[in-house]
Amino acid sequence: MLHINCPFCGLRAQKEFAYGGDATVKRPEINKEVSKEEWDNFVYMRKSPRGKHIELWHHISGCRQWFKVQRDTATHEIFKTAKMSEEIV
Amino acid sequence: MRQSHRLNNIGLINRDKVITFNFNGKSYQGYEGDTLASALLANGVHLVGRSFKYHRPRGFIGAGVDEPNAKLQVTINGHSEPNINATEIELVEGLSATSQNCWPSVEFDIGAINNFLKRFFPAGFYYKTFMWPKSFWYKVYEPFIRKAAGLGVASLEKDKERYEHKFEYCDLLVTGSGPSGLASAYAAAKNGAKVILAEDKPRYGGTLLTDDVSIDNMSGKDWSEKIISELKKMPNVTLKNRSQVFGYYDHNMMVMFERVGDHLSNKSKYTPRQRLWYIRAKETILSTGSIERPIVFGNNDTPGVVLSSAAKEYMKVYGVLVGRKPIIFTNNDSAYETAFEFKKNNVEPIILDTREEHDSEVVQEAKNKGIQIKFSYGVIVANGYKKVKSAKIGKLTKDKKSFESTETIKCDCICVSGFWTPTVHLASQSGNKLKFDEKIDAFIPDKSKQKEKTIGAANGSFTLQETIESGFKTGSELSSKITDKNNENKIPTVTETKYSVHDKFWCMPLPKNENPKRFVDFQNDVAVSDIEIALREGYRSIEHVKRYTTLGMATDQGRTSNLNGLQMVSNIENKIVPEVGHTTFRPPFTPITIGTIVGREVGMEFMPTRKTPMHEWHEKNNAVFVDAGAWKRPRYYKKGNETLLEASKREAKNVRENVGICDVTTLGKIDIKGPDAAEFLNRVYTNAWLKLPVGKARYGVMLREDGMIMDDGTTTRISENHYHMTTTTAQAANVLSHLEYYLQIVWPELNVNVVSTTEQWAGAAIAGPKSRDMLSKLFPDLDVSNEALPFMGYIESNLFGVPARIFRISFSGELAYEVNVESNYGLFMWEKMMEIGREFNNQPYGTEALSTLRIEMGHVAGPELDGRTIPQDVSLDGLVSKKKDFIGKNSLGKDAFVLENRQKIVGLVPTDRKSSIPEGSHLVENEKAKLPNPKLGHVSSSCWSVENNNPFSLAIVNDGKNMIGKKLFAVSPLKNTSIEVEIISSHYVDPEGKRVRS
Repeated sequence: MLHINCPFCGLRAQKEFAYGGDATVKRPEINKEVSKEEWDNFVYMRKSPRGKHIELWHHISGCRQWFKVQRDTATHEIFKTAKMSEEIV
Repeated sequence: MRQSHRLNNIGLINRDKVITFNFNGKSYQGYEGDTLASALLANGVHLVGRSFKYHRPRGFIGAGVDEPNAKLQVTINGHSEPNINATEIELVEGLSATSQNCWPSVEFDIGAINNFLKRFFPAGFYYKTFMWPKSFWYKVYEPFIRKAAGLGVASLEKDKERYEHKFEYCDLLVTGSGPSGLASAYAAAKNGAKVILAEDKPRYGGTLLTDDVSIDNMSGKDWSEKIISELKKMPNVTLKNRSQVFGYYDHNMMVMFERVGDHLSNKSKYTPRQRLWYIRAKETILSTGSIERPIVFGNNDTPGVVLSSAAKEYMKVYGVLVGRKPIIFTNNDSAYETAFEFKKNNVEPIILDTREEHDSEVVQEAKNKGIQIKFSYGVIVANGYKKVKSAKIGKLTKDKKSFESTETIKCDCICVSGFWTPTVHLASQSGNKLKFDEKIDAFIPDKSKQKEKTIGAANGSFTLQETIESGFKTGSELSSKITDKNNENKIPTVTETKYSVHDKFWCMPLPKNENPKRFVDFQNDVAVSDIEIALREGYRSIEHVKRYTTLGMATDQGRTSNLNGLQMVSNIENKIVPEVGHTTFRPPFTPITIGTIVGREVGMEFMPTRKTPMHEWHEKNNAVFVDAGAWKRPRYYKKGNETLLEASKREAKNVRENVGICDVTTLGKIDIKGPDAAEFLNRVYTNAWLKLPVGKARYGVMLREDGMIMDDGTTTRISENHYHMTTTTAQAANVLSHLEYYLQIVWPELNVNVVSTTEQWAGAAIAGPKSRDMLSKLFPDLDVSNEALPFMGYIESNLFGVPARIFRISFSGELAYEVNVESNYGLFMWEKMMEIGREFNNQPYGTEALSTLRIEMGHVAGPELDGRTIPQDVSLDGLVSKKKDFIGKNSLGKDAFVLENRQKIVGLVPTDRKSSIPEGSHLVENEKAKLPNPKLGHVSSSCWSVENNNPFSLAIVNDGKNMIGKKLFAVSPLKNTSIEVEIISSHYVDPEGKRVRS
């Protein structure tokens, strides 16, 4: 079970969180024309990297905030967590 | 009864407490502090089971977790459990055990015929034999294999025992209380660290209990007792015996299995049998020690062949002799200690040492004691079927590939030692890549991957001096990183025998013209010849050899067999062991019970139960409940001998004719506030929301980004910037997460807050032609006319002094309202409604009637909104705005979504107007067509239409409404039915929606 550092609540067990997928995916802006390809990329296409991955987690049994986690998909090592307003570089 | 092999004046058992137990129908006695194994051995019983494949007689090999053979069916307190390790289970009064995998008895086992047919059962036998003919698989082969597979029999009765889970955090977890574990736990505790020390056995001390050493002029046992008593006094230390850390997971999470009540004969009602600990440790010390491995020789599985360390443990801990005429067969010094122990107890051992004429401290001591030693000697074959009677021994040639001479000597046990294998399972599970240590011919942990450090014998240090030193040092270092304290430790002085180098010898050659089985893996019956076959047939990777031969795949995880197997492969392949590599160690290290994994989450505690405030009333009024997620909802209110169908028909009919009330508290409710709330809803829902006036509700559908419907419900504008959203019961949590996702991630610029208020409001629907009359009596001061409170209107009022929200919304398709009050007043509201409704023939209705009402109206719900439908599929085209953007809109233009003949919603009636159509039935054109019969759609929801008094279903079918008028067959292979159906509109009742507006 992972140990995740919620930027709002601190270190908590994985049980309290829900996984939310790739955090680098950006939704096309609302009310703007979007090409079919761009839209399909947004909806369906995800990278599945082995190694560092910036992803979303939702503290559903806690503060209910979505935030970013940089995790190694092979080793589960977590390098950093950050609020949505912060960047992970 | 006499315990024939019990020694006097030695052992840590309690001779004052005699325990009577039963084995294979015979009564025996042992003492408190015995394991089942030591008690049986005390009675001279070696034969305890039959082997897995060949049904060969088997006895004890080890004295702890290493035991591969003695897996018994054990019954305590009427609860029977298979595959219990006799060397681990403690003796309790009334314990009863039987041998497994034998019939009719362990003494005479029919299956042993396999032993004589063994040349027909080589490695891969099953893969090769059960291939053809194909038709034999289900009826002949599979049942046969099933019967042959497995060992004991799982109880079919409910497990009445109590199991618990516990979550714990600590600075340092120490796994194993041998010398290194004790030293490190002590040093860390002195530094003020929060320490958990876990010991698998009932007694702390590990090898200190059996090794002849002295620490600070104390015996190993006394020193360990002193340390333990000091640790017990420290509030920052948790000591846990009978506790096996069996899994090392991510982020330094360890899982531990504690046997809390198994050894207690009268435990209190609330004492759990076993407890599972989830321990998150900042640092972990793996002081798991090592396990002796056997030397492989002919018929080395004969009962009476034991590990030399086990023989010593049986003597020193349990006061039990495994035999009176022992052969000590060794390639190293450590087994000499077993010989000394025998000698001390007036038993004359003979030592066969595979090393050439050898000198060391222990050899000298043995000579001084007058113990006979034969160098360059080894056991070739153990003779005896159910018990060792003699051994054919041989003098090895210089190259150790054949014999100079052989002879047969009498013996009743063979204590074998092929040197020591560090227990690296936990280290490997942590992600540590192991490395091969040539000095000890075994794998030890390499660089730490997580916060783990392996010390002592587990790390390949086999001297006490080194072990104690590294224990103190590591415990101190790791803890001072956490506590910032650095207590000076006085490292105790250690006296121990210095061992000389061992012989890298692991398998006896076969004598000429003899071919006895030489077992590598006892539990899975894998012999040297099986590994040879696997290699001959081309298997090279150790992982493949393992799977083909099943080497190391039994529940003992190859603790005694892994390295010998690897040596075998490397010898045949002419590779060094590290090149062959090792197989993967996976949790659990030892088998654990399903009960412990499940813990308290059984029956009612399987998941939380959510009850509405009106639950008690429903119970009192014969409600039959149905699970809706965690909620309990009344399915119907049973009157007399009514069936479900009869009751739901009565309840639904009463709604259509009079009025009914339904507990709708379980619907998800989300409070939405903020200046941008309207804009937000406009993006979330497919229809337009900007112009919804205050005091009005609107039905909305929300999509996922892929265009599929996520949920539907009504949202009401309570005030300018305040909305009340309802969701389906099932999707409430998902919808909230969905809204939070968009507000926090996608559009953080929107000033909106959302919060769940599901638990805060109790809700009741009042539905039926008489609902307005009833409402006016509930709210006598309120104008509830069609003009004042029109369809989709909203008013706040009070129900006999209780603030209430009134929504004119309808799921049943009738004139209907939903009233919400604060949860605490839910029951009050409900009882008032029942009281006031009496004059209108009001009846409560459950979810079954609710479904009936919505289905015949053609209202969609979960079965239609199954994640595969877009609004156009379920006749909700009108709700999809063409003018504005919303979540998922861009997906609706996808080619597949605009196909003319796409599957869409329709209604179905059976042509005989009688046969109920099972939900999930497939729609086909020709019921008799050859398979695969093209499927044109499926039945999503079925009911008995109370309006038309015949069955009616909703279905999703190719070409949707264009199919109206056609006849198809609804085929259900599950229910074995085929019903001719006619396709009609999905709106079976009041298609114009007049009633809701009346």
